Amino acid sequence: MNIPTGWQIDIGLEIHAQLNTKSKIFSGASTLFGSEPNSQASAVDLALPGVLPVVNEAVYAKAVRFGLGVSADISRVSAFDRKNYFYPDLPKGYQITQMDLPIVSGGHIDILLEDSTEKRIRITRAHLEEDAGKSLHEAFDRYTGIDLNRAGTPLLEIVSEPDIKSAFEAVAYARKIHQLVTYLNICDGDMSQGSLRFDANVSVRREDSDTLGVRTETKNLNSFRFLERAIYYETVRQIDRLEAGRSVAQETRLYDHNKDETRPMRSKETATDYRYFPEPDLLPVIITDETIAKIKAEMPELPTQRQQRFIEDFNLAATDAALLANDRNLADYFEATIKNSQDPILSANWIKVELLGHLNRDAVSITDSPVSAIQLGDLVALIQAGTISGKIAKDVFAALWTGETSSAATYIEQHDLHQLSDPSALEPLIFDILKANPKQLEQLRSGKDKLMGFFVGQVMKQTQGKANPQEVNNIIKRLLQETV
Amino acid sequence: MITKQELGVLGDLAQLSLDPESRDSTLRAINEVLELVAIMNTAECEGVKPLAHPLEAEQLLRSDKVTEVNQVAKFSQAAPLFKEGLYLVPKVIE
Repeated sequence: MNIPTGWQIDIGLEIHAQLNTKSKIFSGASTLFGSEPNSQASAVDLALPGVLPVVNEAVYAKAVRFGLGVSADISRVSAFDRKNYFYPDLPKGYQITQMDLPIVSGGHIDILLEDSTEKRIRITRAHLEEDAGKSLHEAFDRYTGIDLNRAGTPLLEIVSEPDIKSAFEAVAYARKIHQLVTYLNICDGDMSQGSLRFDANVSVRREDSDTLGVRTETKNLNSFRFLERAIYYETVRQIDRLEAGRSVAQETRLYDHNKDETRPMRSKETATDYRYFPEPDLLPVIITDETIAKIKAEMPELPTQRQQRFIEDFNLAATDAALLANDRNLADYFEATIKNSQDPILSANWIKVELLGHLNRDAVSITDSPVSAIQLGDLVALIQAGTISGKIAKDVFAALWTGETSSAATYIEQHDLHQLSDPSALEPLIFDILKANPKQLEQLRSGKDKLMGFFVGQVMKQTQGKANPQEVNNIIKRLLQETV
Repeated sequence: MITKQELGVLGDLAQLSLDPESRDSTLRAINEVLELVAIMNTAECEGVKPLAHPLEAEQLLRSDKVTEVNQVAKFSQAAPLFKEGLYLVPKVIE
């Protein structure tokens, strides 16, 4: 990506994480995704006259968990405010959010830069609020259809300081937040369902300037790719305008992924346009030290802690430990695999190469893997015990993947795939192969060790991959010392 | 104190249309309130904690349980227009 030189970029991200509660933030309606339109919109969500909101305690517990996960201050007293704006999918005419007294203040996330150094991104605050409904503009000619199922779904809005200096850093930060909220089990992180959405505040300034430039806010980016592209487009657009002697307007913009560009969404807005004021229907929420201590005691292991444990307890290489610990579901899969395999290093290799290879090839997530951790654990145990060779194990894995079998052991029995390790069975076969290839044998004798691979390959070919390669190696070495 | 022009902006934000005859009296009324606010702003409140709510009580929280059932058949009867499961409003698009 080519950003013109002589400019610095300042980016702040607002990330909306949908909290994975069963019910909504202010009503007892379900938050289940994909139900019939408006079937989960209660009287509170519809803002019918006379209703009152009641706060769901789980949203507080989850917000506190996030705050502890980013080393932030947890407000002992937090309160809700009304943010007023007009839109039909917001039936009350205001959104209940937290302006003056958010539940989480401060904190930070460390990201890894391209040169492998770490950079700290400060978090300004994280506050609780309700989501709006959905407007469907396409279905009817003269009308907009409103589905209020999503209205009142709890959101945690995580606001960063403008410490982010490039699209790369923005994506690294967003990925870290995604990893953290899924690890903490406060958000399912499913971006296809809008569980994590990004608003990017971008401004540019001359390299020698100490003053932040005029920022634009590009809203509702729902993938890491769109986040990266939108920031890149917006950066270049702003620099182009300023270099041409024009100004940048403070405005809200939308990213159109089909055209790969941003365009204005609303006219200029300022914080006062929303006419925030304290929510009179809700009292301040008090969180005690005891409650925070209890939530802290129940905090799950965080990615960096898990990575360290994988290195210390299982002797994994740092890169393998990082890869496996990066995704909570993958880390859970790994730990479930080694319960059966009893071999962490071999299990990690199989997950890294075969499992992730198949998942990527077929675009399947780890949670939908056709090969379960138990099945893979059994397979690795069979390799470890010498029952099958690694080569045959790949065929067994493929059969598990396609559903041709549900058990590695049964498949091996049915197809007689047991590894050949008996020297009395292998020796005559190897002897014949050495004899049949005198030229290569001579080269091997004269010290060309590469030829060992050739002979092992020939034996594997003849045995359809069933020979134990280590045993084949041993026999060839022994036969070389004898008279062949 | 706000001007006549600012009153118009506030009216737009609040989605209220003010008829021309009542603008002067509305402006006067709002400015009287703002004068009171200005007086209140002069009060010495150093060290006084901001008040989030006038009642000295704290919010009770409810447990995370689904307690509502699907009442769309009932609620939709109150809507001026309802079709294919959606509440319809005059077309709004940005």
